[in-house]
Amino acid sequence: MAEQVTINTGHEGSISDQVKAYFSRLKAGDMGALPAIAAVVALMALFANLSPYFLTEINIANLFVQSAVLMVTAMALVFVILLAEIDLSAGVTAATAMALFVKLSNSGTPWPLALLIGFAVGFVTGWVLGIFVAKIGVPSFVISLAFFLGFPGVMLIILGAGGILRVEVDAVKAIMNSNLPVWAGWVVLAVVVLVAFLLSVWDRVRRLKEGLPVRSWAFIIAKVSAYLVFGGIAVYFLNLPRSLVAANPIQGVPIVVPMVIVLMFIGSFVLSRTTFGRYIYAVGGNPEAARRAGINVAQIRIWAFIICSTLATMGGLMHISRIGAVEAAAGRTIVLSAVAAAVVGGVSLFGGRGKLYNAAIGAVVISIIDNGLGLLGFPAGVSFIVTGSVLALAATIDALARKRAPGGTRV
Amino acid sequence: MSQPLVKLSGIKKSFGPVDVLKGVNLEVYAGKVTALVGDNGAGKSTLIKGLAGVQPYDDGVVEFEGQAVNLGSPREAAAMGIEVVYQDLALCENLDIVQNMFLGREEVSLGTLSEAKMEFAAAKALSSLSVKTVKSVRQTVSSLSGGQRQTVAIARTVLRDAKLVILDEPTAALGVAQTEQVLNLVRRLAEKGMGVIIISHNLQDVFKVADNIAVLYLGNMVAQLETANTNHNEVIGYITGISANVKEEI
Repeated sequence: MAEQVTINTGHEGSISDQVKAYFSRLKAGDMGALPAIAAVVALMALFANLSPYFLTEINIANLFVQSAVLMVTAMALVFVILLAEIDLSAGVTAATAMALFVKLSNSGTPWPLALLIGFAVGFVTGWVLGIFVAKIGVPSFVISLAFFLGFPGVMLIILGAGGILRVEVDAVKAIMNSNLPVWAGWVVLAVVVLVAFLLSVWDRVRRLKEGLPVRSWAFIIAKVSAYLVFGGIAVYFLNLPRSLVAANPIQGVPIVVPMVIVLMFIGSFVLSRTTFGRYIYAVGGNPEAARRAGINVAQIRIWAFIICSTLATMGGLMHISRIGAVEAAAGRTIVLSAVAAAVVGGVSLFGGRGKLYNAAIGAVVISIIDNGLGLLGFPAGVSFIVTGSVLALAATIDALARKRAPGGTRV
Repeated sequence: MSQPLVKLSGIKKSFGPVDVLKGVNLEVYAGKVTALVGDNGAGKSTLIKGLAGVQPYDDGVVEFEGQAVNLGSPREAAAMGIEVVYQDLALCENLDIVQNMFLGREEVSLGTLSEAKMEFAAAKALSSLSVKTVKSVRQTVSSLSGGQRQTVAIARTVLRDAKLVILDEPTAALGVAQTEQVLNLVRRLAEKGMGVIIISHNLQDVFKVADNIAVLYLGNMVAQLETANTNHNEVIGYITGISANVKEEI
């Protein structure tokens, strides 16, 4: 090091200093996903006690599959929520894209081409929304509401009188209904752990190259161990035979799980390790500052909407795979649940704060509530009420925590 | 005196029928702090916006390092090494200090952000200004005080290797101790060899930090004084127009 640098970087100090600093940040209201993680643990303990079915192999596998659509849609919305925008039409866009896909593939178009066209619908819709918001200046709430109202009509026209079409493509049906072989589940886990480990080591090496202080190896080991333990438990559970009918054995990690992991990894990588991701946070935090820093704010906004719609279309694909059909009413309710998931997980609707995993954890919370209350025999009405209350609670905790923080913002 | 870093001669700017700048001359030297003072409506902001390339001048010559230049856009001004720290600072509260200092000019390798490199450069820039009030470069700006935010905004200009730094009312909203820190920071910018223009209404601050004082009165540069050879009363006289009949001394 040529020059003596005396300003800390947050990587100094012993393990106990680091842990202390973490708790002081928590106290200051910077809780991130912690309340949502606590909620997951508490809810799991609660339902495991109340229902003998909750922790069965088949229900755990169900939970993974059930939460996938919500998770992917919530992750999609994070991209626009980070800009303090909203896309109410993400769900119906996805549904319309999938209606077109099913219609085309059922009427003889090769299914990969039909799927590509479906995703093109998602992409272009996002682009159009982005143009309206970023170039013309229509509030995203209003323009996406217009799409929300209009797209179900498009779907009715595509789907015709019946209003429903069956999915005939086996590869699509497999996403939610088929499982990886037992060995492949372990391979997926090994790859995930290896990637997490290598990224941590890469960061560490780059810091050392600049002569910067680094955190103790203990943190990398702890992180990788956590991945190993929790991932290991999940894969172990999913690899247990869970069929209720002996003649028809079911075991293995559902195919959708690695798909969600890959989407989450790519999305998180883009948000936290590329200039594009940095600019999304900057535009969400202070568009004027971003503009003065030379960032093309309109372009960032347009791309955020494109990513949102395209990723939501991926959620739509998972939805029709699970249902086995596409109906005219699909996609209308998912968006608000996804927004709820993002907020419960710790993403700020005021923009600039939150990560993809926050939305994913929030989606798990909402899925567990849905699943658990269903198992206990409560009607759907109760589930809605509880979900609404949890959202209100999460928003309140967030608001109170920020109020208390000296440096916290109260938008 | 040696060649000025920036030399403005005969600068004119009008908005419709209103002549805001009526042929202004100004010289700014590297390594010196030049204070630009004047009452509201004197044309300070307009003069600065022209230098920043935000609102090009109508008429007049701008020489930068002896060369006549055209400041047609903020990008051109920035490319020449002219950086402006506006009063509202333009920082992203949700980002940390490093992220703010490098916003728009991130270091990238293999398509990904080189966080370590940026962190080191940011810490170095802050250290070179002897900043002691900032604990960690990874603090988010939302957790910083007004003075610390000003510090970050000023340090950003060091990172960009600015030759001329223009500060718009940097102490306007600060308390006594923080004002002191920011003024020290301004001195250190000059000691690093940059030319500094500081706009301020606070004459006490101006006398503490500036080498030269340039006074605008209703679009005219009525005086460019050396701080050592003048006093409060004289400057106030020029600002209020009482001494306006006394023409330039330098």
